[in-house]
Amino acid sequence: MTGSSSFGRRHLLGAAGVGLLAGAGGGAGAVRAARGSPDTGHTSPVVPFRGAHQAGIATPVQDRLHFAAFDVTTTSRTDLADLLREWTRAAERMVAGRAVGAGAEPELAVSPPDDTGEAVGLPASRLTLTVGFGTTLFAKDGDDRFGLAKRRPDALRELPHFPGDDLDPDRSGGDIAVQACADDPQVAVHAIRNLARIGFGRVAVRWSQLGFGKTSSTTPQSQTPRNLFGFKDGTNNIAGDDAKALARHVWVGREGPAWLRGGSYLVARRIRMHIETWDRSALTEQEQIVGRSKGVGAPLDGTAERDPVRPADLPPAAHVALAHPSANGGARILRRGYSFVDGADGLGRLDAGLFFLAYDRDPPGQFVPLQARLARDDAMSEYLLHTGSGLYAVPPGVRDDGDYWGSSLFG
Amino acid sequence: MAARRISGGVGVAVLAVLLAGCGSGGAEAKDEIAVDTSDTTCKVATTKLTAGVQTFRIKSSASKITEFEVLRPDGRIVSERENIGPGTTVTFTVDLTAGSYQAACIPGMVGKGIRTPLTVAGGGKTQKRDPKLDKAVDAYRTYVNLQVDDSVATTKKFVAAVKAGDVAKAKKLYAPSRYGWESIEPVAESFGDIDPKVDLREADLEDGQEWTGWHVIEKALWKDGTTKGMSAVGDQLLADLATLKKKVGNVEITPTSMGNGAKELLDEVATGKVTGEEEAFSHTDLVDFEANVVGAKKAYTLLRPVVADRDAKLAGTLDKEFASVLGSLEKYRRGEGFVSYDTVGDADRKVLSDKVNALAEPLSKLAATVAR
Repeated sequence: MTGSSSFGRRHLLGAAGVGLLAGAGGGAGAVRAARGSPDTGHTSPVVPFRGAHQAGIATPVQDRLHFAAFDVTTTSRTDLADLLREWTRAAERMVAGRAVGAGAEPELAVSPPDDTGEAVGLPASRLTLTVGFGTTLFAKDGDDRFGLAKRRPDALRELPHFPGDDLDPDRSGGDIAVQACADDPQVAVHAIRNLARIGFGRVAVRWSQLGFGKTSSTTPQSQTPRNLFGFKDGTNNIAGDDAKALARHVWVGREGPAWLRGGSYLVARRIRMHIETWDRSALTEQEQIVGRSKGVGAPLDGTAERDPVRPADLPPAAHVALAHPSANGGARILRRGYSFVDGADGLGRLDAGLFFLAYDRDPPGQFVPLQARLARDDAMSEYLLHTGSGLYAVPPGVRDDGDYWGSSLFG
Repeated sequence: MAARRISGGVGVAVLAVLLAGCGSGGAEAKDEIAVDTSDTTCKVATTKLTAGVQTFRIKSSASKITEFEVLRPDGRIVSERENIGPGTTVTFTVDLTAGSYQAACIPGMVGKGIRTPLTVAGGGKTQKRDPKLDKAVDAYRTYVNLQVDDSVATTKKFVAAVKAGDVAKAKKLYAPSRYGWESIEPVAESFGDIDPKVDLREADLEDGQEWTGWHVIEKALWKDGTTKGMSAVGDQLLADLATLKKKVGNVEITPTSMGNGAKELLDEVATGKVTGEEEAFSHTDLVDFEANVVGAKKAYTLLRPVVADRDAKLAGTLDKEFASVLGSLEKYRRGEGFVSYDTVGDADRKVLSDKVNALAEPLSKLAATVAR
């Protein structure tokens, strides 16, 4: 972000992108964009890669996720910037449904293919790739490895310990996070796999998570998805075309460092859900805990899903009452979470839950107080265990051919 | 240890597969050998070839997916092109030295297929090669022979201790006896019958298969604490290594096979050593680890002048990553060997694994760089 004129152009681009992706815009691009429910069939839509903001935040939520957190293993700032350049080029190709580099069948067959090949022939599947930087990229154990310590945004701090946290360090943190979302799991897996491969020697995968069955929607006109508790989730999420709400709650503005403006913060939480005990609880108890009906998803004092939530009319420990903006000083976050099932846990219980992903512009002011309140008072907490955690500063979008992820930070 | 994937490894490791490629389109180049195949026929236009790079253009009118192979008379696959769809034409390129071969079309990709003898005469078409590469091949051949000699000599001492019933001494000599073998393993593996005899792990045994080789004795020494019954196993191991010694003199080595061999050695580290699966009883995995990397580095170092000419950046990366991997082993060195791998924690194994990946990925470009 260098000047007001460039901001204006990018801002317009971004606004147009968001609008058309929500099915409300016009222009040539709108035809390719996702419209309504994604389960109406794969028509190979391509989500535009470039813009004021990274895709994969306000753009419509896809069905599948492959999230990976990387540790940077090189100590060279130049190597790191080079990697981000290479990643950006590869990402732009993959998002367009194209293979990485010279593809899966190189001219010289004794050469390993540049592209791993498992997405050849598959449509772009609305793939988005979104990058964020963890606190440890700026300084790790007091070591300012890349000369970035002074550029760490104040809002990018280690999250405090919340009640109900049982965090596994091997499923937490990481210097760089990449969120890959697509309607086809193979496309999402392919994207992370290729980025990991390009990164060997400079970054190493620290942990990763697969997700399915989006649990939030940024497109209110489509059906609200359900989480593994069987409840609709995301009814009141910020809509991808609500530019005002996005500007207020999601995009970093003048309060943030110049390099991050137009970006956001990503909170990732691996939340284990105690599925079996939940399934044994009575419907009325489940609904009292959530604060909505299981069937249509209406607030307990209402009849339709989108009836207004009035926290005062709900049980004080109900999840939606405590999470409601009116109970949190107006704070809202944009959620983009997915369900996960990582098999069984050895005791015959599903190792399953919600991989919570949310974007906001000020984690200490938005996510932290919200989560502190939920962890303390939410009746649902009895059924939840937070097992992984990460917070990442998400730079603005890539503007042109010479631009790359994080250029404003490294440039 | 890669006995599990012998058939796949053979052609690539040693037998000079330059370009086992496929082109789905493109103009027909001169000197291509037409192959017409159907469900019941496999017509090869030319069966007398000259040594060097040969390209087959395979046209399939078969009703099902088919496969084309070039084999040695003893059944070893030199190279193959699978998944040729009905009604398609593909090209397939292979570098052949003088000798007898067979071409095989395999409709349905099952069975022995329809075979045609090929004769390859020496001279003529062999690509002009950079003399620096010929020098590298010669030097690598010498290295391979020395490593086999070393393994034979150290294994003799090891087996002597086993026969003497000296468990402590045998344990001490076990890992060193494998070092030479591990440093040239892809070459040794190319003689498909030797690897499963000398280096098969218990976990890879097939039902009813007789288990012989180093790991049988490893289990006896570390798990059972005895050398009882191991004399015959030791004799067999020495006999199999003697066969290797005899065969290795005639092994075909090319710059490409050296490059691929180096990569395969790192694959060995990545899949077997870094996980501690190779030395399940003795936990001497780090000795094998070092031998694999040292063997790969030898092949690379010999090829390096050419790599530096053709891709200086790759040479720089490989120099750095070899140093990084070998450097990371130093903290585990104890005396003449290394710490027991079961004392290396998960976090430290992750560091080693990351370094191996950082080397193996660019190393996978070595073969193509010298084949160009």
